[in-house]
Amino acid sequence: MLNFSSRTAKEILRDPVNLGFGLGFPVVLILLLSAIQANVPVSVFQIDSLAPGMTVFGLSFMTLFAATLIAKDRESALLQRLYTTPLTAADFIFGYTLPLLPIVLCQAAVCFVTAFFLGLEVTVNVLWSVLMIIPASVFFIALGLLCGSVLSVKQVGGICGALLTNLTAWLSGIWFDLELVGGAFKKAAELLPFCHAVRVEQAAYAGSFADIWPDLAWVIAYAAAAVIFSVLAFLHQMKHQ
Amino acid sequence: MNAIEIKKLTKKYKDVTAVDGLELSVRQGELFALLGVNGAGKTTTIKMLSCLTSPTSGEALLGGKSIVSQPGEVKRIIGVSPQETAVAPNLTVMENLKLMCGVHGLSKEETRARAQALCEEFELGEVVKRKAGKLSGGWQRRLSIAMALTGDPEILFLDEPTLGLDVIARSELWDTVRALKGKKTIILTTHYMEEAEELSDRVGIMRGGKLLALGTAEELKALAGKEKFEDAFVAIVKGEGK
Ligand SMILES: Nc1ncnc2c1ncn2[C@@H]1O[C@H](COP(=O)(O)OP(=O)(O)OP(=O)(O)O)[C@@H](O)[C@H]1O
Ligand SMILES: [Mg+2]
Repeated sequence: MLNFSSRTAKEILRDPVNLGFGLGFPVVLILLLSAIQANVPVSVFQIDSLAPGMTVFGLSFMTLFAATLIAKDRESALLQRLYTTPLTAADFIFGYTLPLLPIVLCQAAVCFVTAFFLGLEVTVNVLWSVLMIIPASVFFIALGLLCGSVLSVKQVGGICGALLTNLTAWLSGIWFDLELVGGAFKKAAELLPFCHAVRVEQAAYAGSFADIWPDLAWVIAYAAAAVIFSVLAFLHQMKHQ
Repeated sequence: MNAIEIKKLTKKYKDVTAVDGLELSVRQGELFALLGVNGAGKTTTIKMLSCLTSPTSGEALLGGKSIVSQPGEVKRIIGVSPQETAVAPNLTVMENLKLMCGVHGLSKEETRARAQALCEEFELGEVVKRKAGKLSGGWQRRLSIAMALTGDPEILFLDEPTLGLDVIARSELWDTVRALKGKKTIILTTHYMEEAEELSDRVGIMRGGKLLALGTAEELKALAGKEKFEDAFVAIVKGEGK
């Protein structure tokens, strides 16, 4: 399994496009939105709410990476080959997902370090923020396993690459205050995990741990559901080659 | 003991019966060629024997282990080179080989030795540090077959191993396969009649999921009353055999 995990990491990290999007894009956005903030102050773009929010936005790329790799492996028949070896279902599931966790933590760290340069106060809460990204990352990585198990490479590009990244951006309250739109939009956003994940990050950075709980519960519930469905979907495709 | 015993093996997809009551035994160390036109059920047969899909009904024993009730045991003794070249694109040739060694539970030292030996056997030396995804189709196929051998399998499945290879690469691959003859039980599918005639001990011809004819290339030529094996194949598949 170690062997297979390191292969997952290599496939992802050796793709320059992945690195560019996964690490570069959130950093560029932090820089860009902060520059806007400097000219036209908007509260959501204040660095102490922007940086934690961007760490969540970056997670949508983890879904894309995992889903792309799995869908490609299915299409190239590499998975078929591996299914004829003694590896078990658990080896595959952990082998595809675990290597993404350290990448997630690096990504969150890179977002915060960028923010430090833009004047974010360095406090011990940053460590909490980086750790508290884990529940949300489980959701996003499991979603990748799910999409990779049921979609083709092309569909993954459309659904994870375009749809999910945009959903994460629009419905998370990173770009604009959800209150501003209100109505059905806000209701929908509150039902989805994205804005809750951002609030968990912001609360962790602010050190207001008492406020974390309702949002964290949303994230954990979504993560648990995603894990269950993704494992079922993976096992299903494994059985129906 | 026979390496492979197939009993009434059947696979139905919604409205097609891909493999239909297949009965076959393959001796230990035999090289068996499975022939048939597109859609005859060759790949489906290999997929069932390698525990990729479960049969709708019927059974097969590989090395005495059941593909239905003991897939874990079966997977330990087989090696498969799928019809599509299946390599990890962003890994180098050497890393691909090592990945497969690791997957088969080899230790670090064993992995190094096995990967090195396979590189030499398949003359992968000049591409060993290149990424597999960037290799030409022929090189990828060679790597794909080498990867099937990493677990030192007793039974080897080669699904159209020489598809897309140039004449030289094909003849080299034939040499490699010949060198394995007798040591491993090999099931090979191909659309090249001369390949089957050249390499195999026995040939089975499939059509519509059923085994139409079975025997050595010589026997099949005699059966169809043809001089050339290719003509015999055509006659048998079209049902013109005497
Ligand atoms: N997953 C599947 N779902 C539905 N039908 C399938 C599936 N796989 C194979 N079939 C059908 O089963 C039949 C046998 O296919 P198979 O791939 O075994 O043929 P083959 O002999 O390997 O052909 P080829 O020479 O083209 O590789 C075909 O009619 C094919 O369409
Ligand atoms: Mg086939």
